[in-house]
Amino acid sequence: MTFVYPTDSNKAHPLPLSPDYKSSIKRAPNKPLIPMRHTLSELTGPVYGHETVREGDNDLTTQHSGEPIGERIIVHGHVRDEDGRGVPNSLIEIWQANSCGRYIHVRDQHPAPLDPNFTGAGRTVSDASGYYRFVTIKPGAYPWGNHHNAWRPAHIHLSVFGYSFVTRLVTQMYFPNDPLFPFDPIFNSVPDEKARARMVSSFDLENTKPEWALCYRFDIVLRGKNATPMENH
Amino acid sequence: MQQSVKSDGITPSQTVGPFFKYGLTPNGEYAWNDAFTNSTLTPDVSGDRIRIEGRVFDGDGVAVPDAMLEIWQADAQGRFSDPQDKRALPNASFRGFARCGTDKDGNYSFETIKPGAVPDPDGKPQAPHILLAVFGRGMLRHLYTRIYFSDEAGNAADPVLALVPADRRATLTAVREPGKPVYRLDLHLQGDDETVFFDV
Repeated sequence: MTFVYPTDSNKAHPLPLSPDYKSSIKRAPNKPLIPMRHTLSELTGPVYGHETVREGDNDLTTQHSGEPIGERIIVHGHVRDEDGRGVPNSLIEIWQANSCGRYIHVRDQHPAPLDPNFTGAGRTVSDASGYYRFVTIKPGAYPWGNHHNAWRPAHIHLSVFGYSFVTRLVTQMYFPNDPLFPFDPIFNSVPDEKARARMVSSFDLENTKPEWALCYRFDIVLRGKNATPMENH
Repeated sequence: MQQSVKSDGITPSQTVGPFFKYGLTPNGEYAWNDAFTNSTLTPDVSGDRIRIEGRVFDGDGVAVPDAMLEIWQADAQGRFSDPQDKRALPNASFRGFARCGTDKDGNYSFETIKPGAVPDPDGKPQAPHILLAVFGRGMLRHLYTRIYFSDEAGNAADPVLALVPADRRATLTAVREPGKPVYRLDLHLQGDDETVFFDV
């Protein structure tokens, strides 16, 4: 199938400058982006599949000798294109704080404990229908220096490839009904309320494993529409 | 037939944040294994091996120590390692993708090969170029730019460079160091020397 990538779809993204998010002030371009037609360079992209992922990389709770502290959860869903078709064999990388809101990173100074049994990184590849699944620990909220009493809502970072270099997506998955949403400038950098809602996972009781783990569903929609004239925009 | 589910739009981007390193670019500093390195080189790849290096700066001219850069490029024959490029691929194991995190001084580097010319949508050749995506804390979505090469005569007729004001084209042109297969290109996220970023 041949895809087109309408630039209109990018309106869902935050604008580069979002002054409430202080770090964007000196790192957002001041000059307008230059529009251009997609060439073969933009329309192709790296294809990474199972060779990139080791067995167990999608279970962040079994990568060490003991079990991590915190609430075990399943995070699963589909990677889809804008027409709703599953995106198969797409690499998904995740990273996140532990249940106390602490990252394994030399620059994370939050005085919350590290967990020797949780290093917070995982990978998987979507299957033929676009489906993916991780087992992990629910991350904690954590403070940051953006403004007085700033706290990030709990989130899992995701990196997804898709069909072309212009479908590349790095985003954050949030949890339903987080009371920190109204106060988070990163979450609110997405201008449209419906678009913001697409970053929030839904509680999935049906796929919760009794006596073992709660489940959240997070579907990821990447750019890309069928290039046939009927569906082209 | 796969189940098709209509969506009212794509999933919005969010910043890669300051803490991606142990997950995306561990590079021996963190226990996780690297899915990618800063090299596209494979044993069988043909073409001229080059190094592209430079620094990333913010609007105050301060080095950005927590950016992540990704490149995507054709091989030396101008073919992409992607089934969507229907042409024959001479370098079977060459992928053309690499990833690099900046260091504390904002330095990045890539080991790769000089790409060949790739056609534009009208079939005219584009000058050799590499696509570059820039991610970082403070960047709510990654930015796309291109790396061209100072020693390529084809730059003058390149249809994408032609879209860029002449006085800003240098921000896209990696400069060859005399006598070495090394090109230098600094990136400026903002300011007088702001890198040209494309709306793709």
